[in-house]
Amino acid sequence: MSTNFNIFAARLLSQDELFTQGHRACQGCSPALAMRLIGKALGFNMIVANATGCMEIICSPYPFMAWAVPWIHVAFENTAAVASGIEAGIKALRRKKRHYIDTGEKIAIVGIGGDGGTMDIGIQALSGALERGHDFIYVCYDNEAYMNTGNQRSSGTPFGASTTTGPAGTHSIGQTTQKKDFAEICAAHNIPYVATANVAYPFDLIEKMRKAKEAKGPAVIHLFAPCPTGWGCTASSSIKLARLATETGLFPLYEVVNGKYALSLDIEKLRPVEEYAAIRNVRDYLYDETAGCKDAQGRYRHLSPDLVARIQEQAHARYERLKAKVRMTQEW
Amino acid sequence: MTEPKRIAMEVSIAISEAVRQCDADVISAYPITPQTHVVEHLAEIAAQGHLDCEFISVESEHSALSACIGSSAVGARTFTATASQGLALMVEIMYIASALRMPIVMAVANRALSAPINIWCDHSDAMLARDTGWIQYFVENGQEAYDMTLCSFRIAEDNRVMLPITLNFDGFTVSHVVESLVMLTDEQVREFLPPFAPLYRLDPKNPVSMGPVGIPEIYTEARKAHDEAILASRAVIDEVWADFGKRFGRHYQAVEHYRTEGAQTLLVGMGGLTESMRGAVDSLRDKGKKVGLIRLRLFRPFPHEDLRKALGDAGTVIVFDRCLSTGGPGGPVASEIRSALYNLPKRPAIVSFIGALGGRDVRTSQFAELIERSEAIAASGSIPDYEMVGVRE
Repeated sequence: MSTNFNIFAARLLSQDELFTQGHRACQGCSPALAMRLIGKALGFNMIVANATGCMEIICSPYPFMAWAVPWIHVAFENTAAVASGIEAGIKALRRKKRHYIDTGEKIAIVGIGGDGGTMDIGIQALSGALERGHDFIYVCYDNEAYMNTGNQRSSGTPFGASTTTGPAGTHSIGQTTQKKDFAEICAAHNIPYVATANVAYPFDLIEKMRKAKEAKGPAVIHLFAPCPTGWGCTASSSIKLARLATETGLFPLYEVVNGKYALSLDIEKLRPVEEYAAIRNVRDYLYDETAGCKDAQGRYRHLSPDLVARIQEQAHARYERLKAKVRMTQEW
Repeated sequence: MTEPKRIAMEVSIAISEAVRQCDADVISAYPITPQTHVVEHLAEIAAQGHLDCEFISVESEHSALSACIGSSAVGARTFTATASQGLALMVEIMYIASALRMPIVMAVANRALSAPINIWCDHSDAMLARDTGWIQYFVENGQEAYDMTLCSFRIAEDNRVMLPITLNFDGFTVSHVVESLVMLTDEQVREFLPPFAPLYRLDPKNPVSMGPVGIPEIYTEARKAHDEAILASRAVIDEVWADFGKRFGRHYQAVEHYRTEGAQTLLVGMGGLTESMRGAVDSLRDKGKKVGLIRLRLFRPFPHEDLRKALGDAGTVIVFDRCLSTGGPGGPVASEIRSALYNLPKRPAIVSFIGALGGRDVRTSQFAELIERSEAIAASGSIPDYEMVGVRE
């Protein structure tokens, strides 16, 4: 993306705040920033179905509410099913000319859940809703663990990260499994639109939200959003780390439009994962920000050089595989 | 007015036809025996264009009810059906549907819970959902199942109620039986059932929030409000049933009396087996025994006062439960009736029988034996907490 384009887009951004101030998110919470950007992207003609989790809890301590649009929270694992009911209900009522006057303008129905609420406990309801073809958007904001309950491991937790239920120790390296490839699971449903997005690339995120709204059928956004509280990093480093996740190839940005893959950001030379998940002098990081380690992540502090090397291999392999898919599907 | 035509129809199909006549907007369901005929027929009705609705063929009961909440929240008339394990899977969401005040109507073809897996009737599934805050009733036969489906939408969607309803009907022995019944015309149903007009719904033109966090300062009040709502629904239930009776000549009450005049011993039952119980009462009355039947139609809100009036003067009350509260105080219905009668200055002896589990038959003659034996049990002064009947040893 060129610099000019960024400035141009920023001016065009909506001044409306749909996810308003006063919510209870932690300092440096990037999912909360993502909610704000989603609101700006979609505008007031939207309905939010929110899974139990950080974004639900921080926005809705009764009688307060951060969302300025219709919002419903039912449970943890069923958000996609709730969204599918909303979509079906509006469809039926519009057809039968009840309640909702059909102005021809689409109401964006957005299911929002974290990685735990989506990739783990919510995957069945989501898979069902995608397969049924409901016209809705599902956003999985991925902070790579159950952060609302205190950094427990999920299937979105990356290899080597230490969590409270998968802690690093003398007999454990932390997370021993690979991060679930969520966007690929969604793409396998042959839906019109799947994209990864990253809170550090706001214009790309907004653009993708708009495309998701325009898609005729289910659309999924896998949205990378660091959690300083859970990751053990400083609040000020969450956007920098988010950017590094993409620049190292650990969380590449791409779209799958009707099965066709395209990179949103083609990185010629990936940055070494050391810059993202390296061993640093954590004591310095904790007590002295001037030591140059303020962007370190506590969840990776235990990593030995060979584990970092394995993460590096994984990042390269995944990125190459993704590029191969792009090449293959572009030929169609 | 011409005499309404009496037809033969499978009960599950009669329920589906009632849902069609109520012009449901969204039906969301997952197949499970013995509920399948209800949703299959609704899918067919929709496929043939006889009902303009969105039929959501979900991937689980959990999602079935979750989608129902979504559609009800936007103001769509919503129906689902399930049974047994399906209901068990829904229970988490049942609590939420009622607390969010979603007037969903759900038919439950009652079936035993696993293990061992068993597809036949008892009331274990309904009792699992006992405390979910839904209005719950148990029907006896096809005519009642049909009538109650029509009444359910009107009760649930009444702005004084706004609560979901489970309509319990026995799996197989009611659900799959072809019965003689009378249907209303579509026109009559339209006159009886006003359109669904909720006070609040998810609409970008008038944003509301549903299901926010309830901190300790508000949670108790929210639960109290829910309890008051379901208790207050009783007046509307009575009102709707009375109006139905006035219009169509079939009268329903929360608690039904059968040959209770001067009865010393009263048998209490719910669901389809009360038809056999009537037979037992008849045979004993023929022998000059002063026995009668109290049929509990409305289970939630629990009709405490009606039961105190109906049972308070009896010598012995026998409660027949189709559910075991394992290791508990007796049959669930028996426990609640004991509780309802306990504070009366003079209360009857209460005998709790548990049986007809997992589709096991209990015949009219066996009910007659139980009634006769209960009188002896009550007279002995040593009444067991409960007894499981028909156990082969």
